[in-house]
Amino acid sequence: MSLSHLKRLEAESIHILREVVATAQTPVMLYSIGKDSAVMLHLALKAFAPGKLPFPLMHVDTTWKFKDMISFRDRMVKEHDLDLIVHINKEGVQQGIGPFSHGSATHTDIMKTIALKQALDKYGFDAAFGGARRDEEKSRAKERIFSFRSDGHQWDPKNQRPELWNIYNCRINKGESIRVFPLSNWTELDIWQYIHQENISIVPLYYAAERPVVRRDGQLIMVDDDRMPINKGEEILHRKVRFRTLGCYPLTGAVESDADTLEAIIREMLLSHTSEREGRVIDKDVDASMEQKKKEGYF
Amino acid sequence: MTSLSNTDISDYLKSQEQKSFLRFITCGSVDDGKSTLIGRLLYDSKLIFEDQLAALEKDSKKIGTQGQEIDFALLVDGLAAEREQGITIDVAYRFFTTDKRKFIVADTPGHEQYTRNMATGASTADLAIIMIDARKGILTQTKRHSFIVSLLGIKHVVLAINKMDLMSFDQEVFRKIDEDYRGFAKDLGFEEVVSMPLSALKGDNILSVSENTPWYKGPSLMDHLENVQIDRNEDGNPFRLPVQWVNRPNLDFRGFSGTIASGTITEGDEIVVLPGAKTAYVNSIISADGNVSNAEFGEAVTICLDRELDISRGDVISKADNRPEITDQIQAHIIWMHEDEMLPGRPYLIKTNNKTLDGVITDLRHKVNVNSLEHESAKTLALNEVGLVNIKLGQKIVFESYAQNKSLGSFICIDKFTNATIACGMVNFGLRRASNVHWQAVDVGKESRAKQKHQEPKVLWFTGLSGSGKSTIANLVEKKLHAMGKHTYLLDGDNIRHGLNKDLGFTDADRVENIRRIGEVAHLMVDAGLIVLTAFISPFRAERNMVREMVGAGEFIEIFVDTPLEVCEQRDVKGLYKKARAGELKNFTGIDSPYEEPEAAEIHVNTVENTADEAADIVVKKLGY
Repeated sequence: MSLSHLKRLEAESIHILREVVATAQTPVMLYSIGKDSAVMLHLALKAFAPGKLPFPLMHVDTTWKFKDMISFRDRMVKEHDLDLIVHINKEGVQQGIGPFSHGSATHTDIMKTIALKQALDKYGFDAAFGGARRDEEKSRAKERIFSFRSDGHQWDPKNQRPELWNIYNCRINKGESIRVFPLSNWTELDIWQYIHQENISIVPLYYAAERPVVRRDGQLIMVDDDRMPINKGEEILHRKVRFRTLGCYPLTGAVESDADTLEAIIREMLLSHTSEREGRVIDKDVDASMEQKKKEGYF
Repeated sequence: MTSLSNTDISDYLKSQEQKSFLRFITCGSVDDGKSTLIGRLLYDSKLIFEDQLAALEKDSKKIGTQGQEIDFALLVDGLAAEREQGITIDVAYRFFTTDKRKFIVADTPGHEQYTRNMATGASTADLAIIMIDARKGILTQTKRHSFIVSLLGIKHVVLAINKMDLMSFDQEVFRKIDEDYRGFAKDLGFEEVVSMPLSALKGDNILSVSENTPWYKGPSLMDHLENVQIDRNEDGNPFRLPVQWVNRPNLDFRGFSGTIASGTITEGDEIVVLPGAKTAYVNSIISADGNVSNAEFGEAVTICLDRELDISRGDVISKADNRPEITDQIQAHIIWMHEDEMLPGRPYLIKTNNKTLDGVITDLRHKVNVNSLEHESAKTLALNEVGLVNIKLGQKIVFESYAQNKSLGSFICIDKFTNATIACGMVNFGLRRASNVHWQAVDVGKESRAKQKHQEPKVLWFTGLSGSGKSTIANLVEKKLHAMGKHTYLLDGDNIRHGLNKDLGFTDADRVENIRRIGEVAHLMVDAGLIVLTAFISPFRAERNMVREMVGAGEFIEIFVDTPLEVCEQRDVKGLYKKARAGELKNFTGIDSPYEEPEAAEIHVNTVENTADEAADIVVKKLGY
């Protein structure tokens, strides 16, 4: 008897989660509220059952997340008795940084990348779990499960530590840290299959519903609050839409869809002709932009 | 699939949950078409999305190597440096699914300098596709990769003879390469080698059997990947659970978590915890599915026992009637993965599946020439070299041979200072010697010898650059101690380099061995109750710390004679700096070989602010005499 592929992925992720807890001083889980974070949290609850999670969750809040995401986050914290740290880049807020006024690149850099570095330094975390998968993007496909970051949080893609079997080198010197990706070997389809198999709660935005949207630069952007400027010639449409990926609402394109059940979402995914990152504005700025961002400390 | 209804989806998901899993790698020399093959597999299995395809078409025209055609390699080479240089530097993981299986493929680099990344990919694979350019036949890199594939225990090999379109699909070309390879690989321990004539670029024999090779009677590549049966020893072998983490959320619960390394366990089984050898019965098993009555190889579980035992990370739980071995000395093959060469005698960290401990490579038995597979004698291993070594561990470990159990037979080596992963190892067997050579228990001990001399034995370790004044100060200190009635002995270049260590030169490896021997001698003399003074450059922190760990706590006094390089060079008592600057003297510390300053020396002196005699007084005073 050998294990099915989901069982193997599940066991591998649990092994990784436990290894970090057994070896790191101050681990943290970066919780982005999306479906991958939901799966990662579910696996962590299994790994340390019947105990509580032996580390806190941290959400780097850009202050531009969908309202539904924040309420879902707070529900999860309550349901599972989690320790949650919310970090916001206060200087960024004071300077009024936002995607509409400063553009996606500046906003992401200041409110997400710099905010993350601030938070890691502030709390002195030496290992941080992230829900990234290798099938998401081509530089991710090259990244180790235990991804070493220098003092200053930088990733050196040309000089990664060899990573053999399931023996992970967790050792670091002062000031250095490790980003750990327990879902490295999962694909988008695996994630959905697992959500289905395990009946995992996800943010309602993944399900189709009628929502107010504006068509802008070829994307459907949801009007989530009154900070969204409506430009001349734009009108607020009420369309049945859903999101394949979640982030800051002004930077996340919706897709028109009738998929309001998990089965329908998976069906839609199987028939899709575009990858999930297409709805993200940040990837298309420059070639190899993700690699560049990661070198600078982005997750 | 366009007609999938929601009820179909439920059936579909059910069938998907039962799918099997295959991890494989592609390897071979540069430009054999590894990345192209993976690109082709993804493209032909309709696994490339429209937005990715659009980006690929754009990139192919801009930086591709296939003219106006799609350059599939660009799908896989994800790093900017790779795309610019058109080479693969690091292993890339790609995922695809067919109706029968889910696949993870690791595309590994062909360049020799990135062999360590190739080993990374191979360590988790069940099958290897070894690519060969039909025009070139078997190359050095084909052999190197085949050898590493075999070392890492992969039993299934596909010999992908690629670019057959450029050889007019000539059967004779195929036959000759197949024959050559089988001759070379006969001793590599593969269970199965399947050769296939391919064109990754044009798609021949990839998804279906090609009309261009009517003489080929085997399966297409995809057909083979979907159907190859991988049997792993670990399924049927005895139960082993390396304890990874102890789960103690409250006083009422105490469980031992880990990933089952082989075999199965059932509630009620009698188990033994090694190396402590205490036994107990399994009360309950918690798997990812909650409480279960049994669990098998590969599952991550938590086990609760019927009684309280002292168990910690690093222990191994097995069934009471079938136990693994325990040792503190192993023989293993290692692949060296760092630019700094391997140094026998230098202490490294060894990380096994669930334990990190000290280890010293005591003996390099031989190096393997990857071209001929012949054994050659050597003193060190350089980057990407493979050797058979003996390792002495700081503690006992529970292990099995790598061939028997990959989890219990594998380890990595970590540099103590940089924390870099510098080697990986596969255990052949434990060396019995360790348990047989016990220290003679003697009635007259270190303490009584020291008492008789009315002193506490110590090592006064002087370190510093050549010409810093180490020997001069050490000499003066010895005189002063002698005058105080202390029993001393000074080890320096004169009595060591000309005798005990006259076979050693000045390479890094020899310097390490030099200090190791001096350390051992000092250790014996401390045991004899003496105050030992040593005056050697001893440039590396690792070796000074090794000696520190050899002797008892508080017995090692590191004295840093901190005279700046400029001053030493200006003095140049023996004219050595001049020679080194002229290039007549190689590996000279401070000039073309590094000196690593002590981070926390017990005593710090220099001969700029003080005369040698004053410095000696400072040392004696700090020692408390």
